[in-house]
Amino acid sequence: MTVVRVEEKVLNENQRIALELRRRYEENRVLCLNLISSPGSGKTTLLEKTLASFRPEERVAVLTGDLQTENDARRLARYGFPVQQIVTGGVCHLDGKMIERALEKWSLADLDLLLIENVGNLVCPSSYDLGEESKIVLLSVTEGEDKPLKYPSIFHKAALLVLTKVDLLPYVPFDMEAAKANARSVHPEMEILEVSCSTGQGMDAWQAWLQQRRAGAGLQAASR
Amino acid sequence: MHEVGIASSILEAGRAETARRPGARLTAIGVRVGVLSGVDVDALRFAFECIVTDTEEKNVAFTIESCPRVNRCEPCGHEFESPSNLPFSDAPCPRCQSRQTRFVSGDQLDLKFIEVEEP
Repeated sequence: MTVVRVEEKVLNENQRIALELRRRYEENRVLCLNLISSPGSGKTTLLEKTLASFRPEERVAVLTGDLQTENDARRLARYGFPVQQIVTGGVCHLDGKMIERALEKWSLADLDLLLIENVGNLVCPSSYDLGEESKIVLLSVTEGEDKPLKYPSIFHKAALLVLTKVDLLPYVPFDMEAAKANARSVHPEMEILEVSCSTGQGMDAWQAWLQQRRAGAGLQAASR
Repeated sequence: MHEVGIASSILEAGRAETARRPGARLTAIGVRVGVLSGVDVDALRFAFECIVTDTEEKNVAFTIESCPRVNRCEPCGHEFESPSNLPFSDAPCPRCQSRQTRFVSGDQLDLKFIEVEEP
């Protein structure tokens, strides 16, 4: 009997693909962001408002993942930017291979910004690196402010927390300060934004964050 | 939630390691799973048992080492296990009582070893 020490990540194969994707994004100066949240926190709506704010010449594309249906891609395609639905057929997260396959249809050289909307789930997507520059986690005020403590992995890994649906704060018992404190206890440096896609509150700050991130990635914020 | 996928990745990794040794037969796989990995240990064990049924790996022993959440104290550098039922900020350093501690590990999902029978 021989015992062989291995010491590698179980998701080594995904990691290998993610590193290759990251290399390709960097080579083509594409900023890739991976949006993760529970179902119904407002990922698609935030993306819709974001796409609606871009000039038509912006080099932006969206990949959106769901267990079933093309509904999200239909919603997002109305803004004129390239959108692909990834139907996972029951798989609860996107993985590197799905992204790699989807990107075969596009040329990264034509893009500056790739937005990935992950499957609605706070658990599994946190384990799968998609080569993104940052993960963004959304938490709506109709959820519990203790979610960062219940699902620490994703809040620990995400660079930015977007608190959504803040226009509903007067009607729900959500404790904003507790939510932020919980997020920071898991991830002290986490950036936090409050937005409402209904009233537009906080959208300026979100767009500024996005532009700053694009500039940071060595990208032109404006179209080329 | 995605334990079947994870179990398949583990089995594939075990097979790949075994294949590097001509004639070897896989007899055991050991993994390390952190409490914050998002993987449930019981579900993973069950998933592994299910996927090896009717394969030549059906008798492979599957060992899971659970890893706790570990925080490091910013002021004194001490690393300690922090109970995962407490908020991160409520895990004071047992050495200096500081509450300025930060998460350092607990999200492992690693293949640790395989055991093979060689001809």
